[in-house]
Amino acid sequence: MSVPAIRVAGLTKHFGDVRALDGVDLEIGRGEFFGLLGPNGAGKTTLISALAGLVRPDRGTLEVMGHDVRTDYRASRRLLGVVPQELVFDPFFSVRETLELQAGYFGIGRSKRRDAWIDEILDSLDLAAKANANMRALSGGMKRRVLVAQALVHKPPVIVLDEPTAGVDVELRQGLWRFIRRLNDDGHTIVLTTHYLEEAENHCNRIAMMKAGSIIALDTTANLLQRFAGDLRLEDVFVRVMNS
Amino acid sequence: MIGFWTLFYKEVLRFWKVGFQTIAAPVLTAMLYLLIFSHVLEAHVRVHGIPYSAFLVPGLVMMSILQNAFANSSSSLIQSKVTGSIVFVLLPPISYQAFWAAYVLAAALRGLVVGLGVLLVTAWFADLHFAELPWILLFALLGGGMLATLGVIAGIWADKFDQLAAFQNFLIMPLTFLSGVFYSIYSLPAFWQETSRFNPVFYLIDGFRYGFHGVSDVSPWTSLAVGVSCFLALAALTLTLLKRGYKLRM
Repeated sequence: MSVPAIRVAGLTKHFGDVRALDGVDLEIGRGEFFGLLGPNGAGKTTLISALAGLVRPDRGTLEVMGHDVRTDYRASRRLLGVVPQELVFDPFFSVRETLELQAGYFGIGRSKRRDAWIDEILDSLDLAAKANANMRALSGGMKRRVLVAQALVHKPPVIVLDEPTAGVDVELRQGLWRFIRRLNDDGHTIVLTTHYLEEAENHCNRIAMMKAGSIIALDTTANLLQRFAGDLRLEDVFVRVMNS
Repeated sequence: MIGFWTLFYKEVLRFWKVGFQTIAAPVLTAMLYLLIFSHVLEAHVRVHGIPYSAFLVPGLVMMSILQNAFANSSSSLIQSKVTGSIVFVLLPPISYQAFWAAYVLAAALRGLVVGLGVLLVTAWFADLHFAELPWILLFALLGGGMLATLGVIAGIWADKFDQLAAFQNFLIMPLTFLSGVFYSIYSLPAFWQETSRFNPVFYLIDGFRYGFHGVSDVSPWTSLAVGVSCFLALAALTLTLLKRGYKLRM
């Protein structure tokens, strides 16, 4: 049996008295398009942050492609691309500089191959025309797409998207999903958190629902929809699971 | 190593892109200090037998190195933390040692560039000598590295810009101004002479000045020992904070 893309075991995290994660166990297989849903404060971002090494758990283990995020952090981080939820950017640099720097941080030096991949990402995310524009000059939706580009610049096999379409208009959102679908078709594992449940319904093969730091439902999207016979939309299932 | 060089390059690019503010402005400030103080004191004061302007220039150069090295690493980190863009350097597989080295080297480089600029514009106004060039280079590197490291600590510790400003105004400024930039500590009352000996920045400036004029308040070897000890202690503290992820990784 192959090593899962992500393995989380007994993950617990407190912030003061607040229990952000409460013994989370989760395995995400390679090549899955996985949805992580839950209301605000459910623990989704904490889980993602722990996976990325931004949050240090109190207990439990996390692995990316079999590499422990704490003891083998260099390998695990190289295999992971994270699109953060907040719209953050470095105001000193252009879009292309931002991507070149991000590639360098991951150990990818200047080369034709790197530049070709950056050009491909810029084209795919409809950012080519803004490649030399300063980050400050971009709209919110464009900044969001640059965040996606930054997460992809080192071609990670596992990509985590924390609400990637927030603030992105419909047309650009569709383009973004086409690109992410293509990455998934090419074998990349995608983990998505979103409040747009139709996006999860349309794209995710499997979904975990979180509440108060725990996973309270975990199944394929089809099974979740089937389990609540009569409901046609994931949004209705979500509301029922959260209220149950 | 590519990760380290990229982070170093980013930090250099960051201050280079706003060079008017990060390089030209401190050079101008130092030149104004020289013009004012030398105009008032040149005819009246000699220190260790050296004309006042020639005494002052090495102090101004070193003060500029120290203040700008501190400003670079601390402001870069606090800005990244406040805007959230720090995440871009926390997500990649950059070791905490490489993280420290990149920030410190880039900040020290800014300090050295400003110091060189101050030297170039102030040298016209003073009769300078380069009695012991290796001491000049050694103390310039040591001072830049030490304050750059202190800047990393301040940048990690501060959560808000006003906390960093407090660090700068209530610690760095007094340490640099009361370190013998403008005077020999032998011109001070006995109490303040002794107090100055507890200020590590005094040794950096005194040792640096020795490189120019071959005279100093204390032996340059003493200054070197104090400077290296302080640098190593600060580096060890910074590396410990970074390894633990203090205020960077929750």
